[in-house]
Amino acid sequence: MEFRSPEFKTRAVHALHDVNLQKALSNTKAGFVVKRAQAAEEMPEFEALRDTARDIKDHVLNNLDHYLEKYEAAVTAAGGHVHYAADAEDARRIILGICKKANAKRITKGKSMVSEEMGLNEALIADGYEVVETDLGEYIIQLADEPPSHIIAPAIHKTKDQVADLFAAAHNKPRKTDRAALVAEAREVLREKYFSAEVGITGGNFLVAETGSSVIVTNEGNGDLTQTLAKVHIVTSGIERVIPTLDDLSVFLRILARSATGQETESYTTFSTGPRREGDVDGPEEYHVVLLDNGRSKMLGSRFQDMLRCIRCGACMNHCPVYGSIGGHAYGWVYPGPMGSVLTPLIKGMDGTYDLPNACTLNGRCKSVCPVRIPLPDLLREVRHQQYRKNMTPKRQKQALKLWRYVAERPKLYHFAERIGVRILASMANGKGKLRSLPFDPGWTGARDLPAPTGRTFLELWQAKRGDQ
Amino acid sequence: MSDTPVTPRPRVGLFATCLMNAMRPSIGFASAKLLEDAGCHVSVPAAQTCCGQPGLNSGDEDGARALAKQVIEAFEDFDYVVGPSGSCMATIRHDYPGLFADMADWRNRAEALAAKSHELLSFLTDVMGVTEVDAEYQGTITYHDSCSGLRSMGVKGQPRQLLGSVKGLTIKEMEDTEVCCGFGGTFCVKYPEISEKMADDKLANAAATGADTLLGGDLGCLLHLAGRLRRKGSPVRVYHTAEVLAGLADGPSLGEAPKEGR
Repeated sequence: MEFRSPEFKTRAVHALHDVNLQKALSNTKAGFVVKRAQAAEEMPEFEALRDTARDIKDHVLNNLDHYLEKYEAAVTAAGGHVHYAADAEDARRIILGICKKANAKRITKGKSMVSEEMGLNEALIADGYEVVETDLGEYIIQLADEPPSHIIAPAIHKTKDQVADLFAAAHNKPRKTDRAALVAEAREVLREKYFSAEVGITGGNFLVAETGSSVIVTNEGNGDLTQTLAKVHIVTSGIERVIPTLDDLSVFLRILARSATGQETESYTTFSTGPRREGDVDGPEEYHVVLLDNGRSKMLGSRFQDMLRCIRCGACMNHCPVYGSIGGHAYGWVYPGPMGSVLTPLIKGMDGTYDLPNACTLNGRCKSVCPVRIPLPDLLREVRHQQYRKNMTPKRQKQALKLWRYVAERPKLYHFAERIGVRILASMANGKGKLRSLPFDPGWTGARDLPAPTGRTFLELWQAKRGDQ
Repeated sequence: MSDTPVTPRPRVGLFATCLMNAMRPSIGFASAKLLEDAGCHVSVPAAQTCCGQPGLNSGDEDGARALAKQVIEAFEDFDYVVGPSGSCMATIRHDYPGLFADMADWRNRAEALAAKSHELLSFLTDVMGVTEVDAEYQGTITYHDSCSGLRSMGVKGQPRQLLGSVKGLTIKEMEDTEVCCGFGGTFCVKYPEISEKMADDKLANAAATGADTLLGGDLGCLLHLAGRLRRKGSPVRVYHTAEVLAGLADGPSLGEAPKEGR
């Protein structure tokens, strides 16, 4: 996937003026925020489950080697294969190898953000494979030749009219605008692809160590068809997605859908444990799991370990007012919103990702809804600290911070400077109560006035009146 | 009352936030009045400056630590530290201890200060047991929940409870009152277009209530929202909640020209 995070600022401004995008984004509040709140409200143990989920993830992350070995042994015992990919290139090499060995021509794919991280589609297409995304949202953006803009609703930036146009052009059929008719048309086109694909690739929401099962949750059932009808099933997931037991899984299944879409549960929860066994009526002949590291093991034991608890529900971006204003594409890589603004600098590196953790008001709404209680604002601030230490903070800002510190460490100088400053501002306001422009404006007065100060600081007035201390 | 004052007349150090000190002294006087009416002895240490949040949020941990030490020294002898801002007080309460992870002595001092640091209105209700104020404001207000106050300091019902006792005042809740207004400290100047969009969303919700006055508990948010309202030529007035509660909202609202003869 193309890396466009360096263009964050221009793409964000562009997004603010994109009428279709703004229309699409304005529809999402009722879809996600209200429903999640209702779902959480209706389950008295929801908050306690969030604690349990956090604790399970912490336990796994502190013993990740143990659980990965256990998981691998269980997958192998069930007749499957586990492959460890150090980075995206490694993962592409492994998967291309499996597809080649399977003599594949057509590959169906369920939704997988890890496969986006791997840059998998581009690599498969470059090698001559036909790749068909089967998740409706993924299918739409594949037709539009765009990356996902949300981790669970990849085409959330598209309006229904835009989808109608895409389908009419791609399917060579009369343009439909009815929602159900559009879905039916996609289903019809995709159905045929499932039966003719040699390889089916899905993600893995959870990897259960005790059974060696990979688990996906979908609302369309496309994952089931992708993985049961192809000869070879490849699961792409991250090394951090392993959990100990099926009992643990039940905790996550109860909070995932509620946090993501406000559903009690997704329509389909699908378990895969190895390839087809003797006597099975369907299922793949081969079962592979490709586990991606790509910077994750470096996060273990670091100040960012909590980020590895993420179960990719999307609640943080659904509740992020910045994401809600600009959508996901402005973030420029696989993972948008709060979780992406932590992950992208850690995975892709600090270069070119400066804006992501900074384009955040630290309002904390993401943290308040995260089902595994990731302290996202703290982690975003920690990325800023690393940027500062690596000297990536813009020079002007760094100078301003140094000056601020110098003055603020000297109370007499500080209060003198404030007294001068407020007098200047007050005289500039000239009785109007506000300023329309400022000398050396750092960016305040483009869209707002500055309410003018009255001309005296609180401390000087207090001392004049009360004279204490 | 969840917490009984340690002395009959607790000594409160009033934290004069940078913005309040420079831009809106009346919030400081309103805070002092409310605290004194509640039976506190109020002092304003002259040795105070900034809590260090700008450095902390922009990556300069060393700078934040230096300013945190200064605040600890200026305020640790008081029974309580109280400020008319959820944001600055959240920094003292939640971030100071973490700044001194490897310095046991300073960490202890930071924790001790954190434990007695409060946002103004929650201090009045939750610690001092104030349930009503003696004030009047003729108008319909809508209240914006500033993020730090709401999520880090648990400020939600307290301002509404106290506002409910103000004569002549009607509260109309806006939709999405808990959503960020787009101020976000340096965010509002680094990403002004996004900040503007968030302000406009907030102000559209406020306007939909028909309220003639917008209140909040953090001056940063209020300057941002008032600045946007003034730019758009809106007549909606913006005050800090404390100004209304203390009966000091009779002067010009934020960004409003002083009336003649005043």
